[in-house]
Amino acid sequence: MRHTISVLVENKFGVLTRVAGLFSGRGYNIDTLNVGPTNDPKVSRMTIVTRGDDATVEQIVKQLNKLPNVLKVQDFRDGEYVDRELVLVKVSVDSRSRAEVMQITDIFRAKIVDVQPKSLTVEVTGSEDKVEKLLDLLKSFGILDVTRTGKIALPRK
Amino acid sequence: MSKAAAKTKKTSAKTATRKVGPLMYGRDILVEALEREGVEVIFAYPGGASMEIHQSLTKSRIRTILPRHEQGGSFAAEGYARATGKAGVCMATSGPGATNLVTAIADAYMDSCPLVAITGQVNQSMIGRGAFQETDMIGVTLPIVKHSYLVTDINDLPRIVKEAFYIAQSGRPGPVVIDLPKNIQQARTQPVWLTHEEMRAGLPGYNPDIFADELALNEIIGLIAKAERPVLYCGGGIVTSGAAAELKKFAEATGIPVTTTLMGIGAFPENHELSLRWLGMHGAAFANWAVNGEYEHRKSFNDPQVKIKDGCDLLLALGVRFDDRVTGAFSEFAKGATIVHLDVDASELNKNKRAHLPVVGDVKDALTRLNKLLTKRPVGKKFGAWHAQIAEWKAKAPFAYVVTSEIANSDHVKDHMKGSEDEVILPQMVIEMLHELTKGEAYITTGVGQHQMWSGQWYPCKYPRQFITSGGLGSMGYGYPAALGVKVAHPDKQVVDIDGDGSFLMNIQELATANVEKIAAKAIILNNQHLGMVVQWEDNFYAGNRGHTYLGNPDDRAQVYPDYVRVCNSFNVPCERVMFKRDLKAALQRMLEAKTPYVLDVCTPYSEHVLPFIPAGRTVADMIWKY
Repeated sequence: MRHTISVLVENKFGVLTRVAGLFSGRGYNIDTLNVGPTNDPKVSRMTIVTRGDDATVEQIVKQLNKLPNVLKVQDFRDGEYVDRELVLVKVSVDSRSRAEVMQITDIFRAKIVDVQPKSLTVEVTGSEDKVEKLLDLLKSFGILDVTRTGKIALPRK
Repeated sequence: MSKAAAKTKKTSAKTATRKVGPLMYGRDILVEALEREGVEVIFAYPGGASMEIHQSLTKSRIRTILPRHEQGGSFAAEGYARATGKAGVCMATSGPGATNLVTAIADAYMDSCPLVAITGQVNQSMIGRGAFQETDMIGVTLPIVKHSYLVTDINDLPRIVKEAFYIAQSGRPGPVVIDLPKNIQQARTQPVWLTHEEMRAGLPGYNPDIFADELALNEIIGLIAKAERPVLYCGGGIVTSGAAAELKKFAEATGIPVTTTLMGIGAFPENHELSLRWLGMHGAAFANWAVNGEYEHRKSFNDPQVKIKDGCDLLLALGVRFDDRVTGAFSEFAKGATIVHLDVDASELNKNKRAHLPVVGDVKDALTRLNKLLTKRPVGKKFGAWHAQIAEWKAKAPFAYVVTSEIANSDHVKDHMKGSEDEVILPQMVIEMLHELTKGEAYITTGVGQHQMWSGQWYPCKYPRQFITSGGLGSMGYGYPAALGVKVAHPDKQVVDIDGDGSFLMNIQELATANVEKIAAKAIILNNQHLGMVVQWEDNFYAGNRGHTYLGNPDDRAQVYPDYVRVCNSFNVPCERVMFKRDLKAALQRMLEAKTPYVLDVCTPYSEHVLPFIPAGRTVADMIWKY
């Protein structure tokens, strides 16, 4: 099962390695990982998306809680949180396809952030579904490169 | 899942209460910080990146013990910690000195032992340049520490040391590493000494004070009232939290029999009528039956399990972690029981075995409150039939040994016993006699292997912290250095390392430490010239094919090799070899009466197996217990 785990940590060196180590030590892959400061500069929020059976993820969450530099851990359930991801995607275009790509970009309320003779770079923000759908549509034009922030999430309450 | 309200806005500690010291070197700040934590002894081996600190230690009231290998020093620190409950402290230089501490750090992590390991590090300007004796110790130890610090600012040093001791010793104890670059040891500042409250305020993510829910405790009393066949399954958590007295009171008030893990030995007096001794792979058959039920022994793992008698219907698991050496197949363990699991570490609950009632909290606090509840609301049950069943099991399968025909025909008897075949010494006899001569009052440490299991079986312990062994990690070479640490903590007590020849040889250099530091820890080598436990598995699962498990001299198998008498004497440590039963008692007495370190090299046959034996991952139906 897929889990979105939010971890509030003290902003100290080595914390990221300690957190990541709990996944790698169990042979679990992290799908996405995002780290950044919160409104308190001493505290950072990590948003981790991972796949694993519930018992193992429960164990990882408990182990995360044991780390002295971890302040709070939440394993989000569906509907309890809002999430977004920002993606930059470089699409191969020529004079014929450029307009169509721009049109798709428009429909998805995405933005063109860079234009080159043979490529366009599109910025899209949104839920996982929306991002996946856009990437799917752009595939036929030829995607040259993609970079994703990974999911960021906040609890609704 | 959330921690106790994380205060994101930390109020800075009141500067008025802080004590600012005079201008000091980093090395002196570290040593004063250790003194402030009440450290009496440090096991430390110097080198380029830690010699500064050794200079300070020469001026300190802390006793510095120089081991002859960093691993020995760190095991000794563990022994000291296990015997006292206070953090043991060891120190090494950077690089190889530091990596030699890794085994003990992993050991302390598995056995929840408070250990503060200080490592020198190369100058900060040299970190990451592949400097001489540079190792990223924070990286190396990451998965085996409770916490770790790389000191990057001399002004953090007092706080880091205070936090390290607090984290190592509180909640579920564990190892903490402090990696201290040399340039910080040589820098100077005015140290700011924090109060306990100030230090805690700086640790918003760490709350070890967790107490059981009142409702859950009431539910436990209710479950006992409903049960017919309850068993208490208790572990190292009882020892760590200092709950032995509370456990005894609780067991006696309810009449519930008590079995412990290997780590829990001594948490409940093993000579008590309610004691089931310890359970698991090599634990008492009656303890395993009481928990799991009695089954007909099945010849093959594929045969069905045929139950003879029911095991417990209520398992109260206190301060344990359902280790695989205890449970065998997780799914089959205590199958018929309602399981209550109480532990201070939430991550242990539902980890290996799902509990019907998981409770997070300190076990001493929980038992104290349970005892209070019992006075208000006595269970009023005697469990008479259950006690009768247990008495029957105890009579049926006590710990036992016999001189089998295999032993009578062994190389050992042929090579050494000609004409005195009846004088062969079995390892169990030695421990049994040691128990008798010490009246069960000695501190026992062990190496790892058959002798370790026999020590648990044949030296019943009365007190917590009396039996000190590497349970989780199973580190060979643990026994003698650990005994040194115990003896340093309790110089007036008899401390005996019961060891195997393989394990003893792994840290034999610590005989020098014992002699030079005048630490009169004793050692008994149960010398069978083999890696006995692996031999036992070879006999059971590999048709006796020996895969490098012979430790003697292949060119002269009749020779006892190495000659421990000569080795020990070269360290100025007296040692005698015992071959015949008739000599054993007098030799043991001489060892016990010695005021110096003393080693007995007792020669035993290697063909002896540790029974009972539940093969790994199997069930009580697969238990071999008859010779």
